[in-house]
Amino acid sequence: MIGKSLVSIIDYTKDEYLKILDLAAKFEQQPKQKLLEGYVVATLFFEPSTRTRLSFESAVNQLGGKIIGFSDIGTTSVTKGETLNDTIKIVCNYCDLIVMRHPLEGSARYASEVSSVPVVNAGDGANQHPTQTLLDMYSIQKTQERLDDVNIFMVGDLKYGRTVHSLLMAMSQFRTTFHFISPDELKMPDEYKQHLDTLGLKYYEHKDFTDIIAEADILYMTRVQKERFSDPIEYERVKNVYILKNEMLDNTKDNLKVLHPFPRVNEIKEDVDDNMKAYYFTQARNGVYTRQAIITSILDLNK
Amino acid sequence: MKDRKQLSVSAIKDGTVIDHIPAKSLFKVIDILGLDHIEKMMTFGTNLESKKLGLKGIMKLSDVFFAEDDLNRIALVAPDVKVNIIRDYEVVEKRLVEIPEKVEGIVKCVNPVCITNNEEIKTKFELVSRSPLGLKCHYCEKITDASNMVIISSS
Repeated sequence: MIGKSLVSIIDYTKDEYLKILDLAAKFEQQPKQKLLEGYVVATLFFEPSTRTRLSFESAVNQLGGKIIGFSDIGTTSVTKGETLNDTIKIVCNYCDLIVMRHPLEGSARYASEVSSVPVVNAGDGANQHPTQTLLDMYSIQKTQERLDDVNIFMVGDLKYGRTVHSLLMAMSQFRTTFHFISPDELKMPDEYKQHLDTLGLKYYEHKDFTDIIAEADILYMTRVQKERFSDPIEYERVKNVYILKNEMLDNTKDNLKVLHPFPRVNEIKEDVDDNMKAYYFTQARNGVYTRQAIITSILDLNK
Repeated sequence: MKDRKQLSVSAIKDGTVIDHIPAKSLFKVIDILGLDHIEKMMTFGTNLESKKLGLKGIMKLSDVFFAEDDLNRIALVAPDVKVNIIRDYEVVEKRLVEIPEKVEGIVKCVNPVCITNNEEIKTKFELVSRSPLGLKCHYCEKITDASNMVIISSS
């Protein structure tokens, strides 16, 4: 991974996932080190993002690196019609690594091909967001103390949700059992189920999770968005089925943790927040350590 | 009886004959091979009856030869063509075509929010399935299938 861009979660091997997770654990012990002193990281956010950008910038700042970049294209040459090719070819002269979020799918792969410095994809439309996946894996490993033999329950929009697709691809490298809980209109696409079939991994599909939640080790919640439904009546019918309430966690496993990539709207009731099983705020903190691990691995600074 | 004017499509001395082109794909094949940019004698026939295809197209291209990779590009729209290479009026080689593992610059990505549909970037696909056809975009990773396939015009 040294000197290589990270565009898609499948760019890394299982060994590389494990190496990043090990390093992230070290950064959690000691997040403030001077590893990035003298380095410049560009954060190019062609569309707004609060958590991801701040998490990257915090990761770099805590390691003594400098940040350049933008979080709003309104103040850049992009509004004058500059192509992505030109923006990247200019910016890579000014920095050691580019972190990029862009609304168009495939933009990060393209940027990695025209850039002279490595590119880390912080989200290209609905396509990929690999650092989210690695922080999800870190959260799973940390809370379950293993990556094999975990029962992962994915809930909500499994059709369009890039985080669940990437997490499925990454966790399919381990002995994972998947449960997919979604309305019919937002089911896990066949290509992902075929991928699990090929690997001989078990998965189950459900429309409701109240009765089965007791088996879960990880409950990965996502947003069910109204605009994803072709039939608004169908949305009204199912919208409350995929909401997690505190009492639903009563008879669940002690090791169960609730994850959510955020932002949430109403799919996790706020009374869940104080439950020991709610892990989503810590999950967000893990993003800093994971991103520190990714950036320093690419720049080969972990001696 | 009145003499009928007849246009004879005679045999070619040297060149390439491509037969069994589905009639609806003839112009796509012309486009993919960039034939409208080649100044050689060519004859195209279309909507000819064929037992196998219903209606077929054929092309006879004098003094035109293709590298295998270039010819394989037409397999996307005409997978069952028969290609004869002619030297001195004789068929010296018969070829079939197959869809290449990497397809570059011919097909448009089905995904409207793919970077290749928004900036001047040559499309690239990996062949993930021959039948049914599945092309995975190198950039946005979405699959373009036969029913959604649009050929990018070379002109």
